[in-house]
Amino acid sequence: MSVQLPAEQVAAIRAHGRRAYPHECCGALLGEPDPSSPDGKAVRAALPAGNERGDSPRNRFLISSAEVRRMEAEARRRGLSIVGFYHSHPDHPARPSEYDREHAWPWYSYVILEVRGGRDAALRSWRLTDDRQRFEEEPLHETLEEPA
Amino acid sequence: MTTRIHVPTPLRAYAGGQGTVEVEAASVGEALRALAVRYEGLRSHLFGENGELRNFVNVYVRDEDIRSLQGEETPLADGAEISIVPSIAGGVASPPAERTGDALVAAGRAQELELSNEEVLRYSRHLIMPEVGMAGQRRLKAGRVLMIGAGGLGSPLGLYLAAAGVGTLGIVDFDVVDETNLQRQLLHGTADVGRPKLDSARDRLRDVNPHLHVESYETRLSSENALEIARDYDVVVDGTDNFPTRYLVNDTCVLLGKPNVYGSIFRFEGQNSVFWAERGPCYRCLYAEPPPPGLVPSCAEGGVLGVLPGIVGAIQALETIKLLLGAGEPLIGRLVLFDALALRFRELRLRKDPACPICGEAPTIRGLIDYDEFCGIPQARMEEERQAAVPQITPRELRARLDRGDRLAIVDVREPHEWEIGNLAPLGARLIPLGQLAERMSELDTAAEIVLHCRSGARSAKALHQLRQAGFRKLWNLQGGILAWSDEVDPSLPKY
Repeated sequence: MSVQLPAEQVAAIRAHGRRAYPHECCGALLGEPDPSSPDGKAVRAALPAGNERGDSPRNRFLISSAEVRRMEAEARRRGLSIVGFYHSHPDHPARPSEYDREHAWPWYSYVILEVRGGRDAALRSWRLTDDRQRFEEEPLHETLEEPA
Repeated sequence: MTTRIHVPTPLRAYAGGQGTVEVEAASVGEALRALAVRYEGLRSHLFGENGELRNFVNVYVRDEDIRSLQGEETPLADGAEISIVPSIAGGVASPPAERTGDALVAAGRAQELELSNEEVLRYSRHLIMPEVGMAGQRRLKAGRVLMIGAGGLGSPLGLYLAAAGVGTLGIVDFDVVDETNLQRQLLHGTADVGRPKLDSARDRLRDVNPHLHVESYETRLSSENALEIARDYDVVVDGTDNFPTRYLVNDTCVLLGKPNVYGSIFRFEGQNSVFWAERGPCYRCLYAEPPPPGLVPSCAEGGVLGVLPGIVGAIQALETIKLLLGAGEPLIGRLVLFDALALRFRELRLRKDPACPICGEAPTIRGLIDYDEFCGIPQARMEEERQAAVPQITPRELRARLDRGDRLAIVDVREPHEWEIGNLAPLGARLIPLGQLAERMSELDTAAEIVLHCRSGARSAKALHQLRQAGFRKLWNLQGGILAWSDEVDPSLPKY
């Protein structure tokens, strides 16, 4: 269980988190299976989403099913699929909250970025356990650009 | 009527790896329930505990969200296709109104635990209160508390948490029980003197409650190990009495997002608060910088009334249990000051400091630092060493010189109440407390050979410097003070 994230996408996620601060940012991770690791994923693109939570964007985010369908279509167009989602935690550690757990899907990688005082900090990836009781952290490998 | 259900990627592992499953159903609700019957592992992801469709599970019939049709009642024609589509929600921590217990102890983790009949009986006084009840007791059992220090504060804390049914208690301590602990550290008994405090504490706590799981760390909490040790606990309770560890515990808790149940004691005064940066101020919001070393004495130097840690530590236990239960009003953003002599509690409001270096708006501390350095300990140690660089005489040498008939003036620079415990008056010693030395120097003969002593040798070294600056030349410091005298020369003299 691991997730590979190209350096360019890491930079894009960090920039998104800084831009959205003090609000939460969110987006989808498009990718494919990583053959070098059992149940591993290789992310190829990070797709920013507009946070649809108008009531409390500072500590909540929502990507509606309609937007997920649009993102899935975009992933298919690129020959990829949605392998996870990212979101930021403004002024909170990069670990899933209880609210994250209650609303989580299994299998997806949940990449969380800590943004402290507008500056990006830790970036970690998590997966929900089968019994929905907790998140397990998975290794997040930042990779250099894919050879053409 | 056959319906094809499109299963989204995250759920395929629970549906035999298939992207499409065919079921017989007349409505959307029937179709989803038939799916959950066939693939039991899917159920908890689709349905909540009361059988309702989870709010982040969206179902489309062709391109229509069933919420805009007839919901789960939406009828299905033969050959209909439905798609399960995720929506993705999340966010930091919890809204302030949320009960703290839910955030601290995953409700699921607590629900999994069963209480045996023996436990139900043991905790019956908790269970008959609706504020605790079975749900709360299970939460305590699922709770993981880390206590730093198994001493004066750790004693009532550990005993009450164990008795209350907290499931797991981590203890960090590397000290050994000695006689001076027994006046207040009720975890340890006379028979435990010389044993590691961890061993003694574990035995005592397991005797109080055999259901308790103890995890012990025989180490000094440090910047190298603190994050690793604290990571898996719900609450951290600080029972230490020194500033470097206090800042270390605070910073660790802020970085990990955990509550720090704080207590401190000195002589006749106690303090309590709950520092939890996610919901209120942290210790640094209150004290950004430590006091200069030596300004605030430890219990070993300043003394402490034996009952005081009992009260302050019990308040820490109470606050810990409230946090785990999510009951009542936690001591977040409030500092309680307890004056034992007046028997008075005062309360101060604490504010989160926007300029706080670790939990403020633009934090400068993003990891653990060197806390000894931060608290000025190395500089203080150098100063102590400089002070110690004075002519020393050992107790045996002093005894030998007195026996030879050498004329030596012995000056005790302790306080009168210490003199009462025991003194060297039979050898001609006189009492001049350090604070009075400057004005009473004229009582001493600059030409005489003078031996200065205190309890352990630190104050008398200061006295020696003072006299030297005033022109005294023949000065000796009794090495190790009256404690060493008792060890090496006269065991009948009490140590304290």
